[in-house]
Parts: sequence; structure tokens; C-alpha cells
Amino acid sequence: MNRFAELLDRLVLTPSRNGKLKLLTDYFRSVEDPDRGYALAAITGDLSIAAVKPAMLRALVTERMDPVLFGFAYDYVGDLAETVSLVWPTDPAALPNHVPTLSEVVAKLQAASRSDARQVLARLLDSAGISARFAIIKLVTGGLRIGVSARLAKQAVADLRPVDVSEIEELWHGLTPPYSALFAWLEGKSGKPERAAKALFRPVMLAHPAEDRDFEKLEPADYAAEWKWDGIRVQAASEGGVRRLYSRTGEDVAGAFPDLTDTIDFEAVLDGELLVGSPGATGTFSDLQQRLNRKSVSPKIQAQYPAFMRCYDLLQLGDEDLRALPFRERRARLEAFIKTLDPTRFDLSPFVEFTHWADLEKSRSNPPHPIIEGVMLKRWDSPYVAGRPKGPWFKWKRDPHTVDAVLMYAQRGHGKRSSFYSDYTFGVWSGPEGAEELVPVGKAYFGFTDEELKQIDKYVRDNTIERFGPVRSVRADRVAGLVLEVAFEGLNRSTRHKSGVAMRFPRISRLRWDKPTAEADRIETLQALLD
Amino acid sequence: MTYPYTMRPSELLCSRPQGLYCPPGDFFIDPVSPVDRALITHGHSDHARSGHRSVLATRETLDIMALRYGADFAGSSQAARLGETITLNGVAVSFHPAGHVLGSAQIAVKHNGLTIVASGDYKRQADPTCAAFEVVPCDVFITEATFALPVFRHPPAEDEIAKLLRSVQQFPERSHLVGAYALGKAQRVMRLLRDAGYDKPIYIHGAMAKISEYYQSQGIDLGQLEPATVETGTKADFAGAIVIGPPSTFSDRWARRFPDPVSCFASGWMRIRQRAKQGGVELPLIISDHGDWDELAVTIRETGAREIWVTHGREEALVRWCELEGLTAKPLHLIGYEDEGQ
Repeated sequence: MNRFAELLDRLVLTPSRNGKLKLLTDYFRSVEDPDRGYALAAITGDLSIAAVKPAMLRALVTERMDPVLFGFAYDYVGDLAETVSLVWPTDPAALPNHVPTLSEVVAKLQAASRSDARQVLARLLDSAGISARFAIIKLVTGGLRIGVSARLAKQAVADLRPVDVSEIEELWHGLTPPYSALFAWLEGKSGKPERAAKALFRPVMLAHPAEDRDFEKLEPADYAAEWKWDGIRVQAASEGGVRRLYSRTGEDVAGAFPDLTDTIDFEAVLDGELLVGSPGATGTFSDLQQRLNRKSVSPKIQAQYPAFMRCYDLLQLGDEDLRALPFRERRARLEAFIKTLDPTRFDLSPFVEFTHWADLEKSRSNPPHPIIEGVMLKRWDSPYVAGRPKGPWFKWKRDPHTVDAVLMYAQRGHGKRSSFYSDYTFGVWSGPEGAEELVPVGKAYFGFTDEELKQIDKYVRDNTIERFGPVRSVRADRVAGLVLEVAFEGLNRSTRHKSGVAMRFPRISRLRWDKPTAEADRIETLQALLD
Repeated sequence: MTYPYTMRPSELLCSRPQGLYCPPGDFFIDPVSPVDRALITHGHSDHARSGHRSVLATRETLDIMALRYGADFAGSSQAARLGETITLNGVAVSFHPAGHVLGSAQIAVKHNGLTIVASGDYKRQADPTCAAFEVVPCDVFITEATFALPVFRHPPAEDEIAKLLRSVQQFPERSHLVGAYALGKAQRVMRLLRDAGYDKPIYIHGAMAKISEYYQSQGIDLGQLEPATVETGTKADFAGAIVIGPPSTFSDRWARRFPDPVSCFASGWMRIRQRAKQGGVELPLIISDHGDWDELAVTIRETGAREIWVTHGREEALVRWCELEGLTAKPLHLIGYEDEGQ
């Protein structure tokens, strides 16, 4: 338990992806079965154990210590799991000489019934040290919140051999904790686990961004073009009564879209884009957001923002794996198959007609719907392969929007950038003429070169007007300040931000040392972009 | 409450704007502004200020003050030997090790059969760089309360050093920057690293050179210390190195000379994750020179004091604990003292 606890402690404070991968891979390499497998399951969210409510935790601890002192402690720390892990009274003399292993903890929690969960938890907490207590509480309260996605954990596992992460994703839903067969294969001790379960995930084919010079070498007649829809890439897989709706990285998101999942009643695997609205009236990105990041969805939301799938490809039909066929043939099979499906939940991604690249350029720049973010190019003869091969598929995105904003706050970065002010909050003007003020509209921490970073850092240090911890407030008014050209992919309405807008994928595209702050953009310019 | 003594404790020691004052003895303990006669518990700058007319402190504390402020840090100074009684205007005072930093002492003040111990800052965990805390039985114990919440439970410092060394092994291409208070904590970390078998040079920030040298001169072996300057080499030389500097320097341009640094901070505050996270600390090292909750409790019990005065820190929680223990306790509001590593 202590090694798992230390891993969690390190992960939560390690900002860089590579640092996290290293910590995870080292852990999986050095810890034996079945502990490492349960750790993996805990991180990917595949571990099911008796859940404990925060109120029960609080009751347990205040039975054991003065509630007033607990109150002081909790006020200071602010996090219940952490507070309880720290204040839990233990008698050093009574501590067992054996700290339970992660698998022992999991076994005890899985065996606990609803009525004795409380007792089991208390005994586990009695037997562990501070870090281990914290890890146990995180396990039972659900959600580790350590800034590690299931995808990243799978990547770390893949790095053991190494193999491509898509191989892990493909197997994943046929495996169960503690994944001993998976680790044995990755360590070369046994063969690759069989694809045992039904309706498994097929690793997704992705596209390279197209650059202008690519087109000189490409023949328009070799490619089909489709709109690039900015929804969620999904894979609907159904086999022998098992229905799954996978995200691009192979996580099952069926629970969040029961309305769509209910209609996956065929024997096939489809690749497509999840959108909201209906095939005849596609909703906007803001509509889509109503369905994202929800654990459960009310019938009202489902009715108001129904989910449907715009299909790109057919990977499997009945017993036949179609992935090796050329796109032209798969498409023909898809067109025929889609006619058999519920037309309110499935439609076909239409082609964009073109003869010359210039025609397509025109369509790309003027898409017919706000949720289109460009066009996709697919070679007529391309098989469906996992990953991002260069050549068969290209994505050609619409040019980003840009806005001239004023730098307002700068925050120190992490790791390599810990001595640089590298995260920038910027704002645009609002309010009546003569009484303009800046409202923050976004935050960006990339898009500039190392040299530019040094220049901005110096500017921030020389023009600081206030400091709050790692954040500096920078002089920004009608007379002085630094104008940043910010590029972004789109805007959402936001009730969380004072400006009422939230940018998608903002980055610094140019430093406008030359531009007077008074000439930066106004909030109305952004509001006009809201769909 | 009635006292069996001929005087009330507040007649022997009381709080004045300059600090803790003894009216019959006419002296201050750790005054924050210049006074005629100052008794000083230890060399941290919020306790040991310059400009007093006369100073009474341990030899080491006087040396440290001279290093920090120059030889003329006070009109006159007198070294107090540990355990020896010195009489000031009829009040008996004696110095006893506090285990906080090199030279740190508690000051016992005795008059008319009443003993008050002003502990200054103290800890009970073993520290190879200073004398261990000694329990001094007393009637009134003045305790610090920097970490006086039941959430503060310091692990053995050796375990934290082991964590640091594991990380150095795991990330050999990065340098580990350890933030540590220049007096005491830094040298303790160095010594702990040596005790753990780390024998490579430790790179240090210029601000801790003099103090570390002083520790070495007092027989505390810190091994080979090198200035963390680039003049002597290139950035790559610091790959895999341990660099110790005052925490504030890590956000300075100074830190840029190190390759992809892992920022570490040696402090009792690192017990709280959010605290580490806010400070951008990647590897918190829970190493403190102040007692944790359990140490404070055990110390209060061991002194046998019936009355506890609680100062600088989270007085509220410790006063509550004393009340639950049936002890008289009150917060003693002294101004001008800093938290560890703030």
C-alpha cells in the first residue's frame, strides 16, 4: 500500500506528462502482481469497491477525536480525505507490523457488505500510515483525482515492452483486474492475451494535418473529402448482445449516452462522430457541451439534446472484418448498412464535392455549419489502420480565429519553466467609451518561441504591479501594456467567466510589441462569434 | 485560579510591544526591536535582531548573529553555557537545549519559587546538527505553536531524504532543487544526505555558504559543498545533482542554470498537498525544525507545567487541547515572528 500511496503522492504533484509516465512505468516495472494490476485498475477507474460517503468518513473520525479539533483541522486543510488521513488517531504501540498491501486492501473492501463497510474501513485505517490512509480513503470515496487519464496509464503500461498503446486499448475491455496476463505478455513471459470478450474496441484511425506543400504532391482524384465535424469521435460496437460506445481512446462512454446506446442493436462496428440534435438539425458545440462530462443524464436533457452518430466508416459487419478493404468499398457497404438503422440516431457523413484543391479550399473556408472545423481527406484506396499513418488520411482545418488581447496576469510555469512567467491571462476591452476596462477572456501557455518566452518574462518582471503567490498582475491600461495576438478554434458561452465567453484551444500566435493597447479588440468582437 | 507562589506568573514574564519582558529582571526574551538587555533563544532573524545594548545567548547563537549582522551586532554580548544559572537583578535564568537549530536554547526564568520556561522554537525529532531538546520541569511553559494542528505529523526526516534520493535515481537527467531555510534546515538536510550515504558534492546557493561553513567549523561534517554557479561548468554538470537554496530563489532567474529542475521544498508545511501544489513543489520533503502536533503534546505533558502559554502559530487548537487535558492555557500574543520558511 505504501508504494501505491507514494505513487499517488508523486503523480498529483508532477506536472509534466513525461514525468508522470516515468513514475507510472517504474511503478509497474518494480511492483509485483497482483498489486500493480489493482493500481492500474484504480487509476483507469476499473476498480469496483464498496463506496463510502463523505458523511460516514466524518462520523468515523469524530467518534475518535474531539470534534472541535477536527473542525480546526478540516478548516485548515480543506480536503476531507486528506484531513482524515492526517488526524486519524493511531496508537503507535498497537500498529501491526504489517501494512496491508494494495491487493489485501482491495480484497477486504470488495468483500465488505454495505452494513460492515464502515467497520472494515476503520480497521484498514487503523493498520496504515498517513499516506496509505489517504490512498485508502481515495479508493473508497471514488475518483483519485491525480491528473492521470486512463489513456496515460495505458500508455505507461505499453511502455513496459514497449508496444503501441493501441494494442492495449484493443485488448482492454476483454481484460479484468489485476491484469496478470497483460503484464506477463508485456514482460515477455507469455503470449499476447486472446481477444476474448465481445464488442471489443478497434483502435481508431487518425489523420495528419495537411500543410500547403502537401497538396503539390497529391492528386485530387485519389481522395474523397468529408466535413470534419467537431463533436466526439466514437465507435459503436455491438456483438452478441454486448453494446458499447467507445471514445477515441477506447473508454466506454455508453453510460453518458443511453439514448444513442439503446439504438445500437445491430451486429457491426461503426466509426463516426457523436453530435447532438438530429441528423436534419445538427446542434452547435454549446448544445453538445450540455451532454459532456456528465455521469448520468436526466430524461429531460436527453430529450432536449438528443445524441446521434454521424457515421464515417464501417469496420465490422456480422462476422466480417472490413478494415483491410479499401475505403471506397467500406463506404459502399456503409451506405447500404446505414439504411437499416434508426434514421433519427444514425446518418451518413456526406462527401464534399470538388475537382481541384482550390474548390475544396473554398468549402473549407466557408463551411455550412458552425460545428464543422474543416475538411477530411481520405484516399479512396486506403485500408483502415490503427494510429496516424501519414498519407492515407489528412485533416485540413479551417484557419483559426484571432483576437488582439492585452496581457493582464502571468503565472510561473512548472518544471523547465518554473523560473519563467509562462502562463498568460489576457483580456479585451469592455464598457463604454472613456471608461473601458479589461475583462479576462482566456489563458494560454504556448504558441511562442523560447526566445519570445524570455522577452515576455522580462516584460512581466519589469511591469509587475501586484503579486499573489506565483501570479503577477501586469500593468495593462489604455496607455501601457503588451498586446498579444491570440489564436483559437472557437468560442463557447460561459457562465463561469466574467466575460461570458470561453475560448477553445487558445494559444499565442504573435507578440504585438508594436500595437498600442487601446487598439486591442473589444468584447463585442468576440460576442459576434458566438453561435 | 490561585497560585501557591508569592507572585503571579504575569508578574515574572509579560508581553510588551518589543517582546516578552521580565519586569523584576529588566530583560526581554527575543525582542523584535532594540532594547537594553536581550536574552536570545536562537539565531533565526525574527528572534535574533541586531542593535540591542547587551545580548545574552549561547556561544553558537552569538557567533551566528555576528555572521549575519557583523561583529558589532550588539553593544556587548555574553555567552551563556547550557545549564548554568546566571542571575540578573535577582532573577535566575538558565539556558537549555531546544533541538531547533545549532545553538538554540530554551530559557528558564526562576524567581521567588516560580519557574517559567520560554521554549523559543523547538523540536523533539533527532537532529544530527544540534543538541537534543531537554525537558525542563516548570510551572509555566511557553510553547510555540507553528504546527499546532492535529494534521501536522512529521514523518522521520530520514524517510524524506530516502524519498529525495529515490527521485534523484529515477530522474538522473534532471537536477533536484531543494528549498531550505538558510540557517538550520539547509545544514540538517546536508547532514541527513551524508548519513544516508550520499557522498557526491552538494551544490549550494551563496546565501547559505557562510552559515554552512560555520556549522562545519563546529565539527558538523557536511561533506563537500560547492557553489551552484555556472562559471565552474555547464548546465549539464547539474544533471543528477542536488542543489540547496533558500526557497525564494527558485522562482528567480537564478534557477534557470539547472536542467529541468525538480523543485523540492523541505518544510513541515509540505504535509499539506495543496500547499505544495500552490507553491509549484513537485517533491515535498516534510522535514521540520518545529515540533509537530504529537511532539508539542508530549512536551507539554513532560514539563509538568500546570499553565501553558501558547505563542506564534495556531494557538487556538493547542489551547483547546490543553483545556481537554485539564491544563490552564492561554494564547500569548507576540508580534513580529514568522512562520517556518515563509
